[in-house]
Amino acid sequence: MTRYLNLYFTRIGFSVLTALVGVLFALPLVWFIFAPFNPRAEMGLAIPDPFSLSNFETVFGNRFALRGLWNSLVQSVGGVILVGAGATLASYALSRSPIPGKNVITYILLLFSSVVSGSAAMVPIFLIVNGIGLIDTQIAVILVFAGGLLPTAMFILRDFIDSIPKSYEESAMVAGASPVQAFFDVALPVIRPGIVVVVVWAFVNIWGSFLIPFILLRSSEKMPAAVAIYSFYSEAGTPIVTLLAAYSLLYSLPVIILYLFVSWKFGFRFFGGIKA
Amino acid sequence: MRSFSLLSRSAGAAFLTPAGLLIGAFVIAPFFWVIYVSFTNRTLLGRTAMNPDFVGFANYFSLFDAASFFTRGEFGFSLILTVQFVLLSALAGQAALGMLLAWMLQSVPKSLKRLTEAVVIAAWILPEVVVAFAWFAFLDYENGTLNMIMDALGLPPGDWLLSFPFWVIVVFNTWRGTAFSMMLFNSAFSSIPPSYFQAADVAGATSWQKFRDIGLPLIRGHVVTDLILITMWTFNVFTPFLLTSGGPSYRTEILPIYTYRVAFRDFEFGKGAAVGVIVMLINLVFALFYLWVTRRRAKGVAA
Repeated sequence: MTRYLNLYFTRIGFSVLTALVGVLFALPLVWFIFAPFNPRAEMGLAIPDPFSLSNFETVFGNRFALRGLWNSLVQSVGGVILVGAGATLASYALSRSPIPGKNVITYILLLFSSVVSGSAAMVPIFLIVNGIGLIDTQIAVILVFAGGLLPTAMFILRDFIDSIPKSYEESAMVAGASPVQAFFDVALPVIRPGIVVVVVWAFVNIWGSFLIPFILLRSSEKMPAAVAIYSFYSEAGTPIVTLLAAYSLLYSLPVIILYLFVSWKFGFRFFGGIKA
Repeated sequence: MRSFSLLSRSAGAAFLTPAGLLIGAFVIAPFFWVIYVSFTNRTLLGRTAMNPDFVGFANYFSLFDAASFFTRGEFGFSLILTVQFVLLSALAGQAALGMLLAWMLQSVPKSLKRLTEAVVIAAWILPEVVVAFAWFAFLDYENGTLNMIMDALGLPPGDWLLSFPFWVIVVFNTWRGTAFSMMLFNSAFSSIPPSYFQAADVAGATSWQKFRDIGLPLIRGHVVTDLILITMWTFNVFTPFLLTSGGPSYRTEILPIYTYRVAFRDFEFGKGAAVGVIVMLINLVFALFYLWVTRRRAKGVAA
């Protein structure tokens, strides 16, 4: 009898403690739930009265704000295309071709990508981009992100492709397909879920990053939202809270939607390897 | 039997080329370039921007200058601050809290589990500038949510970012990153066969005993993985910059922020590169350790 009571009380105690930790985690975000809908939002927590979308109207009327979101989209989509295409081709080759030392290549790339972090390598990345004359261009941001994210993306995808039986492509080739046809028509559709995961992961990474565009870009009309958001301050240096709150929410939406999409579609999974 | 390969060697090489070029230019080249720059007096502007001189170990000597090593705003101070930051926010904060949450989530009602996970994960996935701004509002002296709560509890309000900047970034980084450890431990705990715990229940074990004698030993491998990864990430994290810019008076200037200031505010690229090299060496130690652990584990499974 006591042991059932024991279990029961543990369960209650854990529930209370979990709820408490959950509330503590939620506290810093509560303000962020209300402020975007409050036309008189300040740093203080207040229930909007009335709820209003006027802050969003302000954002949509601000050409510079929209420009920032557009730039984020350009840079993220550009990076994602390079990461997706590059990683798919490379990991397919690492999985299916007789290149010597494939495992060593994979691990060395992974090692490099975890050692060369953005904060350790900001000087040489700046100098290299400067050297090839791409400072203050969006393409520079795209290329730097693509290079940095590719090793992990290849690692994830290679795992995925290794788990697919070779007989798929082999039977296509017995039927007369060329290796390239076997790749595009047979392997690619099977790999697609893996590519989706990599693409979403890369998108979220680029979309949310601050440091790389902050270092590589100068002109305000090229800044992604992560950097552009810092210009929403009045001339006195105080933040325009209404604009910032609504903008933050708009800027967060793609990340939230993608997260919900991935956890609904794939559940949450862990991939081996070291995150960039 | 000779294994039949689907892709010829040359086709394989062609497939590898695009990724190889990008990684070569923006990961491998920076690795070697930063070592080279750290031995020069390269600056952003002026004569040494175009024709930097080779200065040997001068940048490293200036970083490790015993006279100023521990002074605020110098390398040694920043290094020690970073170590404290990692120990407190990653190991004592994220890992311990993540472990506690993961363990409790095994036995709380489903709906509470879902809700708690959603909040903790939200702190992790939202863009860094957004959470930094939310924290600004949270910590605001006049109207912030935290001081509102302090007031309701009858406690004096605090000007947190000015009075306790280091503790702010420690708590902030714990809040930001706990989700990863929680999810990793959560999936590790769920992979333990329930019968183990049921047997312990029959024997009348408390939750702590089950954790100590069954849960923790069985997920030891995951704990090691988690500790190495979050240590590396926290060691390289730039996000606190968005909250404090390294200040006030260098009190939150962890190494990534220090590197940024030396290179892009003071324009001393050579010195900034030398810091980068040291950070990469430390990263390398952790990464090699990680690979060694995972490879050993893979072998253990095969044997």
